[in-house]
Amino acid sequence: MSTAAANLQLQDAVFVMIAIVTTGAALGVVFLRNIVHNALCLVLTFLGVAAVYFQLNAGFIGLVQILVYAGAISVLIIFAIMLVMDKEINQTNLPIPSLGRRIAGVYITALLVITLVLAIYFTAWPLATGAGAPFDAVGMLAELMLGDYVIAFEAAAVLLLVAVVGAVILAKGVEKQ
Amino acid sequence: MIGLSHYLIFSTVLFGIGIFGMLSRRNAIAVLMSVELMLNAVNVNFVAINRFVTSGQAAGQLFSIFVIVVAAAEVSVGLALIISIYRHRKSVDLNNFDLLKW
Amino acid sequence: MLEFSLHNAWLIPLLPLLAFALIGLAMHRWPSVSAMISILSIGISMLLSALVAVLVFSLSPGEIYEASVRWLSMPGLQVNMGMLVDPLAAVMLVVVTGVAFLVQVYSLGYMKGDPGIASYFGYQSLFAASMLGLVLANNFGQIFVFWELVGVCSYFLIGFWFGKYSARDAAIKAFVTNRVGDFGFLLGILFLQIVFGTLNFQELSAAIPGYTNAAVLLPIAVLLFFGPVGKSAQFPLHVWLPDAMEGPTPVSALIHAATMVAAGVYLVARAFFIFNAIPQAMTLIAIVGGLTALFAASIAIAQNDIKRILAYSTLSQLGYMMMALGVGAMTAGVFHLMTHAFFKSLLFLGAGSVIIGMHEEQDIWKMGNIAPKMPVTTWTFIIGALALAGIPPLSGFWSKDEILLGAYASGHTGLYILGVLVAFLTAFYMFRLVFVAFFGKNTAGRDKAHESPAVMTIPLLVLAVAAVLAGLVNSPLMHHVFGHFINAPGAIQPHPNTAIIVFSTLAALSGILLAWLIYQREVIKAEVIKEKFSMAYKVLYNKYYIDEIYGWLGVRLVDGAARVLFWFDIHVINGFVNLTAWFTGKSGETLRYTEDGQVQTYAIYMFAGVVIVLITALCGVFTALA
Repeated sequence: MSTAAANLQLQDAVFVMIAIVTTGAALGVVFLRNIVHNALCLVLTFLGVAAVYFQLNAGFIGLVQILVYAGAISVLIIFAIMLVMDKEINQTNLPIPSLGRRIAGVYITALLVITLVLAIYFTAWPLATGAGAPFDAVGMLAELMLGDYVIAFEAAAVLLLVAVVGAVILAKGVEKQ
Repeated sequence: MIGLSHYLIFSTVLFGIGIFGMLSRRNAIAVLMSVELMLNAVNVNFVAINRFVTSGQAAGQLFSIFVIVVAAAEVSVGLALIISIYRHRKSVDLNNFDLLKW
Repeated sequence: MLEFSLHNAWLIPLLPLLAFALIGLAMHRWPSVSAMISILSIGISMLLSALVAVLVFSLSPGEIYEASVRWLSMPGLQVNMGMLVDPLAAVMLVVVTGVAFLVQVYSLGYMKGDPGIASYFGYQSLFAASMLGLVLANNFGQIFVFWELVGVCSYFLIGFWFGKYSARDAAIKAFVTNRVGDFGFLLGILFLQIVFGTLNFQELSAAIPGYTNAAVLLPIAVLLFFGPVGKSAQFPLHVWLPDAMEGPTPVSALIHAATMVAAGVYLVARAFFIFNAIPQAMTLIAIVGGLTALFAASIAIAQNDIKRILAYSTLSQLGYMMMALGVGAMTAGVFHLMTHAFFKSLLFLGAGSVIIGMHEEQDIWKMGNIAPKMPVTTWTFIIGALALAGIPPLSGFWSKDEILLGAYASGHTGLYILGVLVAFLTAFYMFRLVFVAFFGKNTAGRDKAHESPAVMTIPLLVLAVAAVLAGLVNSPLMHHVFGHFINAPGAIQPHPNTAIIVFSTLAALSGILLAWLIYQREVIKAEVIKEKFSMAYKVLYNKYYIDEIYGWLGVRLVDGAARVLFWFDIHVINGFVNLTAWFTGKSGETLRYTEDGQVQTYAIYMFAGVVIVLITALCGVFTALA
């Protein structure tokens, strides 16, 4: 067994571990009854996904994931939780009371996951022979963003501006004239 | 040997957990968090396909950045909405919000 | 310079258009500046038109200049914009720019002190631009655009004093009546496009002689003729023109006597090759023209308003031109168009001068004996009247004579007799007007009247010279030079006939004599005639009750139809509508209980849809695999 092959097997093992931890964290986001625990699990999930990005040789995206999701968005969510929580903290994330809708949710989720897995399994993926983007793809991303996809870039900028303005107005409330 | 389909199945599982959470939680913030899980699952798909299907290109990664941008906007507006609703109804329980009923 | 003017003839309509834009956008606050811009632009256009005419008439007959650019094209349809300069267009250019220039100068005096002078000159410029564009158009589509534009300008200018109810009503009446004609015209144009695939005059004139299916061509020709019937106020769409006299008098002179109403005649001359291909269409044109001529002339003898007499006279003369075209005498029709433009605008401007001099008095019976006070107006008016009556050697004599000659030579004896009768009536009503208004016994005129300023009388003098001399271009004295250029294949150009000249002159002279006997010497009392033929007089005075008939028809037909449709609407349409509404309401009432207002329920529906789509797609994949 050569070193490279051993390396590969190590990577596989790392992926399996990351996948288990991330999936478990995601389950925690949904099933734990304390909303603060949910949020902490969410942070863990974000970090796990970032690790997956690093595994996928996408270092920049992984960094963005840590900064934006694990950093900014989680803080925002926890902040919002603090603003709205006034009940018993262990009862903050309960399932919906309607049993029928819960069952429907289970069915739909199961069907969706099964069909998607079947689809993934049966699709003949046109795998590329060469290497993917380099680990440090910032330069390529910048060129794409300000070149071919500049319109999308501008639109995203406008979207962020609108979102900021909208969020301020919604959270602050409109003063009565 | 881990390949593309493993990543895709991982993201599918993440997506499924997100959907179930979105359909079954009564706390609006928990629902929002579930949506974030789904968006992350989509991003994993983008990056994985970019890694395995294209060679020497970064468009998939670029789109995951756009998704992150949209998600950021969505979270900020969504949380603002929740806070605004909470201010009026003193609750974030989605079961209490049925203004569209009948 | 000549070449330049020909190749850049598009400048002729463009200059007034620019003037309009400038006045409308920037200069409307400075009335005198607006007026100057307008007059300057039409003046330059006039010079360019004169150069174009000189060049065109130095080419050999039949030679034309055409330029065209593609406007839009798609499979099966190509729309071009272009200009066509031939002798016919050149004559019209000179007439339109010349009369428009003089009228605008005259307006300086006539409209003095009016608060809307700037917009008045703006409209005048726009009208000039549209009319010149119409004249230069090289295809039917373009002509239709400008045709509508002159209609709009006419609407604006008739309703210029929109503070008056009558002016507003008249403007609407003119517009709506024209729409009736334009509708047919547009249909005709569309049919031409469908049948021949082109609207270009040159291409059509090449295609039409080889086209033998008269069953298709006849409806096209009749539909096309709708346009001229409306625009040139032929029977039965003539009703708008007399009412159009509500506009300022210079407008009546320019638009409703000299140029715009002649657009219909111009169009028939331009599309002569289409009409000439179908004898039935030609007969229709000739009969409509002849009837209009007689009908309007007979009304004119019973009118008391100076502008209305002239309006009916215009109708009558336009009918004359149509009749000439209808009998195939295209040269004569266009020739009369030209001479008529000069002497009729002279008459209208003279009438305007009288109206100003008499302080807004338009009833001829309230004038009387104004000749000594207004010598220039009086004598130029008489020249115009003589020209209209067709007294040699004035311009009207030459052109009217050619029309009668054409009618006679082409074998339309009935129309010839009708024409002579109209000539007699024309002379009679014109000199009734002259004797009553200018030399009448009423002393009111002598006390009130005053001569108009030079800015008004000079255009009168210029037009009087034109009215005297314009006829010479197609007289034997100049070897019928006009007719060598303005002609069409298949049009007739008969040789002069002394008997016809003598007859028509005699008819005109006897008309004048009769007017003199009745209204000047009073050998025969006008009152006695009025009483003896009171029925006929009333019918004529009320213009054959055409307006009343239209009104009655409109009320009866529209009202009756409305009643039927109302019933239908209430019981049938509303029934369906209410049934639909009831069904929608009931089903909504039933289905709304599926909405529980829970956002997650909607999410379930949504993802159920996603799952269904996915499963369907997957089944497709499996089927393809298997």
